[in-house]
Amino acid sequence: MTVAFWILAMLLIASAIFVITAQKPVHSVAGLLAHFLFLAITYFMLSAEFLAVIQLIVYSGAILMLFVFVIALLSSGVMPFSAGPDRLPKIAAPAIVVIAVLLGFVAYAVSREPAVTPTLRGIASGPVGTAGVFGSVADFGHALFTLNLLPFEITAFILMVAVVGVILLAGDQVPYVPTRRRARLVERDMREAIVRAGEE
Amino acid sequence: MHENLLPVALGNYVALSSVIFFIGVAGVVLRRNPLIMLMSIELMWNAANLLFLAFARAWLNNAGHIFAFLVITVAAAEAAIGLAIVVLVFRSRANVDVDEIALMKG
Repeated sequence: MTVAFWILAMLLIASAIFVITAQKPVHSVAGLLAHFLFLAITYFMLSAEFLAVIQLIVYSGAILMLFVFVIALLSSGVMPFSAGPDRLPKIAAPAIVVIAVLLGFVAYAVSREPAVTPTLRGIASGPVGTAGVFGSVADFGHALFTLNLLPFEITAFILMVAVVGVILLAGDQVPYVPTRRRARLVERDMREAIVRAGEE
Repeated sequence: MHENLLPVALGNYVALSSVIFFIGVAGVVLRRNPLIMLMSIELMWNAANLLFLAFARAWLNNAGHIFAFLVITVAAAEAAIGLAIVVLVFRSRANVDVDEIALMKG
């Protein structure tokens, strides 16, 4: 288990560094996918089985798909997608110093922390998933729908706000009406795109 | 090894989580591509979640699991709205440098 933790830690850090150093956003998404997979394995090792599955479904399935769709949308020829000027050489040195100092603070805090003694309150041993075993789906669901029902309902409200906000932000302001003028604009855009493609 | 004990000491999880968090901070500070900045923010959410789950495991209390679940929900909402803003900004101007987008600067 210890060896597995260290291998996972190395993979997590390596994939995170790949995410922030990749030149193309698609490569970043791939790195983030690997990161989330390793993180899900780590969650399994911490016997948080439900959260591990949710990590795979929600993050790797939904959120990363959203990123991929947005990248595909933005780079679909209509709107050229460039990486933009890279500011890394200019501010890398001070940023690394700041981050090193902050990490030093964290290391100091961890070293000063008295060793945590886990309270070994009786957890029944048994197959995972059954009630009474720590981290089982049954216990998670029970805790979510009894003690934490109000926060759960509030997350539903937050998601609804997000949906309404996204529709307001990115939805069409004017409903699509196929007019002659609109058709001419589309035709002009397509001609320009063909000319651009021919130049390249 | 006792079955109830953590595989490694809790401090290792704290250190791993803070390293990933600061990699995310570095991504937000260093990169100027809004999509990669959003991904770095996802890295930071996940570092915090890892810490929640590690402490939940150490203290055998699944309140941390509940909180991590709520964090994932809020992160999903944040990603959706962030990406909508990115799409909106890119629709009006074909420019991907966030330094250029200073419309709300006083």
